[in-house]
Amino acid sequence: MIIVVKYFASISDAVGKTSEKLTFQQKKTAGEVWSDVSKDIKYNGKIMIAVNHEYVSENHSLNDNDEIAFFPPVTGG
Amino acid sequence: MYIEIINEEFDPWQKLVEYKRAQLKDKTNIGACSVFLGTMRDINSGDEIKSMELQHYPDMTELYLEKIVENATKKFKIIDSIVLHRVGLVSPSDPIVLVATWSEHRQDAFDATREIMESLKSEAPFWKKESTDKGFRWVEPEQENSEDMNETQ
Repeated sequence: MIIVVKYFASISDAVGKTSEKLTFQQKKTAGEVWSDVSKDIKYNGKIMIAVNHEYVSENHSLNDNDEIAFFPPVTGG
Repeated sequence: MYIEIINEEFDPWQKLVEYKRAQLKDKTNIGACSVFLGTMRDINSGDEIKSMELQHYPDMTELYLEKIVENATKKFKIIDSIVLHRVGLVSPSDPIVLVATWSEHRQDAFDATREIMESLKSEAPFWKKESTDKGFRWVEPEQENSEDMNETQ
């Protein structure tokens, strides 16, 4: 399963990149992907998760070619 | 409905007049227009803010702004609406966000404009990075809310 991962704002700073493509041998939830990509970074704040531009929970199951995004709470306006 | 993400300084009042002339001149049932304009303050959490970088998630931002406006349009009797939001490097007093709604009666326009702004602040994927004497820092939602729920950054 190939997914595109995008990072924004303070999470992008913590990860040191804005996006990457990841390959997994088995199905993953959004929360499992976050555990994988965040295991070596320092980020203790809240995260918000979107898959294909829609907000999802950590239990959301991913499909091949999904785009998942991790970012902190939004501060527009 | 008109939604635009703008990556350069803009004049919100000119945009509003242009939109009204182009799209609303035949809508003679309009009896009210409510406008919210958010501009950049030069102080936050006690620090002077020199400038601010506004980041967003392209495509998701537009999608959520459309959802937010559609929800408000269903809930209130809105004839038309416009949402403009800046991204990129912003200086103090620059416009950041303009929300305007038109309706037959004032209450619908007042309520819809407020609801669009409140939803935008909690759902639309924008982030602010401030430049201060101490360096750069990302704005936390609590920082804004604890100071003033009704004013923009």
